Amino acid sequence: MHRTSCAAVAAAAIVVAGTAAAEPLKVGFVYNSPIGDSGWTYQHDQGRLAMEAALGDAVETVYVESVAENDAARVIRQLVESGCGLVFGTTFGFMNPMAEVAAAYPDVAFEHATGYITSDNMGVYHARAYEARYLSGMAAGAVSETGIAGFIASFPIPEVVRGINAFTLGMRAVNPEAEVRVIWLSSWYDPGKETEAAQALIAQGADVISQFTDSAAPTIAAQAAGVWSISVGSDRSSYGPDAHLTSVVYEWGGYYTEVAQQVIDGTWKSENVWGGIGRGMTDIAPLHPAVPEDVRAAIEAKRAAFADGSDHPFAGPVRDQSGAVRIEEGSVGDDAMLLGMDWYVEGVQGELPR
Amino acid sequence: MIRLERRPAPSRFWSYMTPVLAVALTVVAGALLFWALGYPAGAALYQFFVTPVETGYMRAELLVKATPLVLIGVGLAIGFRAGVWNIGAEGQLLMGALGGGAVALAFWNEDVPGLIVLMMLAGAASGAAYAAIPALLKTRFNVNEILSSLMLTYVAGLIISIMIYGPLRDPQGYGFPQSRIFHPAATLSPILEGTRLHFGAVIALVAAGLAWLAMARSLFGFQVKVVGQAPQAARYAGFSQPRMVWIGMLLGGALAGLAGVIEVAGPVRQLNDSISPGYGFTAIIVAFLGRLHPVGVAIAGVVIAMSYIGGENAQIMVGMPLAVTGVFQGMLLFFLLGSDLLIRYRIRLRKPGVAARPAAEPVPAVAEPRVESA
Repeated sequence: MHRTSCAAVAAAAIVVAGTAAAEPLKVGFVYNSPIGDSGWTYQHDQGRLAMEAALGDAVETVYVESVAENDAARVIRQLVESGCGLVFGTTFGFMNPMAEVAAAYPDVAFEHATGYITSDNMGVYHARAYEARYLSGMAAGAVSETGIAGFIASFPIPEVVRGINAFTLGMRAVNPEAEVRVIWLSSWYDPGKETEAAQALIAQGADVISQFTDSAAPTIAAQAAGVWSISVGSDRSSYGPDAHLTSVVYEWGGYYTEVAQQVIDGTWKSENVWGGIGRGMTDIAPLHPAVPEDVRAAIEAKRAAFADGSDHPFAGPVRDQSGAVRIEEGSVGDDAMLLGMDWYVEGVQGELPR
Repeated sequence: MIRLERRPAPSRFWSYMTPVLAVALTVVAGALLFWALGYPAGAALYQFFVTPVETGYMRAELLVKATPLVLIGVGLAIGFRAGVWNIGAEGQLLMGALGGGAVALAFWNEDVPGLIVLMMLAGAASGAAYAAIPALLKTRFNVNEILSSLMLTYVAGLIISIMIYGPLRDPQGYGFPQSRIFHPAATLSPILEGTRLHFGAVIALVAAGLAWLAMARSLFGFQVKVVGQAPQAARYAGFSQPRMVWIGMLLGGALAGLAGVIEVAGPVRQLNDSISPGYGFTAIIVAFLGRLHPVGVAIAGVVIAMSYIGGENAQIMVGMPLAVTGVFQGMLLFFLLGSDLLIRYRIRLRKPGVAARPAAEPVPAVAEPRVESA
């Protein structure tokens, strides 16, 4: 929380005049939901706080929660008008409004999460969460007794399909017979529907519930039913201490700190950053003690290999549901393929909705 | 002891004064709230009440935000006056956006003169057609229109989803659920340089004016009021209630649909899965806040828009979290609607000793109206 009083501004001005130190860089954050206490926006806010902690007096931050996409252009513009030299927008729907405002303020740096439009002063960033998804799948394969995992999915866009596929590949790396059943919710956040979906999947024999939706409801449902939960966004072990196997976590603090420092130094350039475990943008939460030692070691080895680039979750051969090889042995899924992924790997049950 | 006493007739004085009183109460209660939470009360109130009208840009934004609320609110208010409870304006808005958007996307790479007019007609027609479903169910099978119109809202959201994941998805959009960006001929360009203010605001104003004329100066307006207030008398006078259901629903649907197409042709410029942040539901509050009067609705739309924009500014400038700005907005609504009590009731303060002897009191609640009607 940052409030500027006239006195503070005056004092700062005197200090600046005396030491020639720069004014703090004001950094704005536009969130699409309330911060809450776990999940997508919470992680971005943790990133904001980590950046503040790392850069101290060099930055000052301000955020706006629950911004609708129709309102984003105004909010982003207001942030710039209030003195922000760097603005982060943390949901796909802010892409067009941010591009519009960015064009009007060429001296301000803009960073947009999860989109694809870039310009001279607007960069894009996202996490290769599918790396962590694969690792969480390995953990699922190790603890599942039925060999069936349930997956609560939001919308059939390539990012979500990629997550389901990476999870399935990881699970089948440990248990080649494993299968994954998917329920699509057409929502990113709906605790009621997420609970019902978890219960339906458990009734179908799933004893691990994974998710690409943003609430803690599946973890709570898994805890109540005595099965495993793999959450996404934040570590949600507090919602189901016995059920929480691990979580696919987003980490933004390192990236936010890096970008803010570059803007302060005047070295920032707009980029399209898609960073994985190696870049510190994604990881898995601490594994539940029930994960056996050998699998734990295997997960750690994979994690290290993903981080240094010597291995890839979509390393061939990867087959689709029909058994056809989509990624040849010896090659890995390239970014173009990953960004347009619209098919299920072998082991996922049911048809991908179109 | 505080006692509420029914007024013989609604007070004209208080019907103008309650909004003033409500704002005053909100300022006091808000200042207390901000002070208790450790925020600078003056600075926060300034953000809520002054910054939204401080600059030309902000005033334009205020109207951009108020436009869909006023358009929908005016249509709903007429329906509500007639006792037609259309709660599904959000769904009608989405269908209007889809209908108008489909026209825009059919000509996505062509410069068609007058396309925007065609889009608006398509949008209004789509909204009205969608509202015709609950109207038909009501008049034919006596299905409660509150439930059917509300439930159809969720259906509309899913229909939009099907379209933007399917036939209307942008082929160059990397699989994201959104349509192409509309051709400039299919958008409402700003009417004020450097702002987002578009022609939709003018349409909303005209709609409110026409609605006022119709309600105040026409037989239609009289029928609406009679059907809503005294259905028996209306039937006796030969005013058809089913006809009023049709008119109320279709009018509300058409204006909501128009708001939808204006929203996609104005600020959004494409179809996606977040066309409206609940405008169709907020407009219900706007309609009642405006006392179901077209001019009142226009003012209420601006007030609500102001509270939203003020809330954003308080987050940006004072660092106030959303939850606190939300409580403040809630307080404003509470006081605005709650103080309306004073229009029909007066507050009497009595000493406890007096209250103990009720037999000595006259019974004005019964007596006064008789005097009035005599």
